Amino acid sequence: MEQLFDLAQTPLRELNQALHDCLPDAAESVWRIVNPKGEHAVACGIDTPADVQIQGHVGYYCAGMNKQAHVVIHGNAGTGVAENMMSGLVRVKGNASQSAGATGHGGLLVIEGNAAARCGISLKGLDIVVRGSVGHMSGFMAQRGSLVICGDAGHALGDSIYEAKIFLKGKAQELGADCVEKELAEEHLTFLAALLESAEVDADASDFRRYGSARCLYHFDIDNADAYA
Amino acid sequence: MCGITGLFLKNRALTKNLGALFEPMLLQMSQRGPDSAGFAIYRNPTSMNSIKVVLQSCELSFDWQELAMELKASLDPDLTFTPIHNHCLMLVAADETALNRELLRALAALQGERGSSPVSIVSIGRHIEIYKEIGTPQAVAESFGLHEMAGSHAIGHTRMATESAVTTAGSHPFSTGRDVCLVHNGSLSNHNQLRRKLISQGAVFSTDNDTEVAAQYFDIKLQQGASLEEAMTAALGDLDGFYTFCIGTSNGFAVLRDPIACKPAVMAETDDWVAIGSEFRALAELPNIDHARIWEPEPAVPYLWENALDVPDADTRAQR
Repeated sequence: MEQLFDLAQTPLRELNQALHDCLPDAAESVWRIVNPKGEHAVACGIDTPADVQIQGHVGYYCAGMNKQAHVVIHGNAGTGVAENMMSGLVRVKGNASQSAGATGHGGLLVIEGNAAARCGISLKGLDIVVRGSVGHMSGFMAQRGSLVICGDAGHALGDSIYEAKIFLKGKAQELGADCVEKELAEEHLTFLAALLESAEVDADASDFRRYGSARCLYHFDIDNADAYA
Repeated sequence: MCGITGLFLKNRALTKNLGALFEPMLLQMSQRGPDSAGFAIYRNPTSMNSIKVVLQSCELSFDWQELAMELKASLDPDLTFTPIHNHCLMLVAADETALNRELLRALAALQGERGSSPVSIVSIGRHIEIYKEIGTPQAVAESFGLHEMAGSHAIGHTRMATESAVTTAGSHPFSTGRDVCLVHNGSLSNHNQLRRKLISQGAVFSTDNDTEVAAQYFDIKLQQGASLEEAMTAALGDLDGFYTFCIGTSNGFAVLRDPIACKPAVMAETDDWVAIGSEFRALAELPNIDHARIWEPEPAVPYLWENALDVPDADTRAQR
């Protein structure tokens, strides 16, 4: 069964409310959303395994806080797509603006085009796969999860990163503070290959380099003990 | 916040609809800037020996006829003027220096009578006309009849004031030089320092607004012979703060974002037009948007479009 929501006719709040009210067994249906015309907060806060297909470009925070649902944006996404998502899948067929997947806790975000600045900022467990390139400060202060970049990265990649993993196929203009290249071991190859497969992105895991935290930034050092006396 | 919009036409057939295409873009940005709005429209270029000036009065019932008579006597007996809401467009056969001198003299005389001048200059140039006012973007667009205006390109702004008062003078676009205007989303952190520097180079400021500093900066750079692209590259080093700028000139428009790029911008281009908006929804109703190339301008990279179309005079409301 397919439900059609035309945002040129239906107010956005009505759509989001219907998605929030949706029972798990009714969620099997496809929710097709047309004429988003760059509206903000489309399909936010879903907590059912719905299949949501958005035909067109969306504004800020599309599919934010997503749980369980599969949301596909057949267009570009504005600032903060899938921000703080918890689980499920969000796929952007076009490009994403800044702060894509910011603070995401879980699930998978796939961006088939490029992502702008601050992709995966403060990541907390979400996996992000970008088929294109990412802008500056991507993976800033990322704590958990992974950021896979098939293209290039802008300045300050992984600045002040904690324990998230970055996999980069192209080149970074510059690594951020405390971000270093690390060995791509067998376990990472297996993990990355599986992630690329679930993202349906055709790339060879062995072409990537892995980056992560040098664990030196603001790290307690015994020589600084006097500062805390 | 603030919203910015720009539309540059490449197809002559669309120029008669510039206002109709541009108004919805401006209105879509109302939530980003509900306190004032304005736009610069480039149209009806004057002959080489004449110039257009747009004046603004704080009095809706201001008698433009009287001011026009004075300027006719001192500058050009064939001067025409078109009151539009509380603004007035004047077309004068004079050079810019003489026009400025006579205007300032006339405005000083008005100030003498009333204590403060009820009239200020909004724009001067052969192509540019700026209309701006406090109020919602919809009210501002309707007051000036934006929808009906023809032209080659337009730059607009919806303001949510942060750095200075909500006044007509503090609204955007800012024009400080002939045919140049600037709209800004963001805030500059070194504007006081830069203002002092520019004053020492001869700039005269009429507001405390940070954007006026940027506008004067570009104007001085251009006067010193820099190309617009050179001026923009220099600005990346001299202006500190957050900005997405859209700059209008007689023959085109340009876009510049600061290196951090917190302030949003989306651009789109087809064979018929190039457009910028703070958000995609500003562009969503443009013709053939579904087939446009859409992208986010890179931080610290100047984008320029030049070679604007000449749009002949279609205005019949001018009075003599």
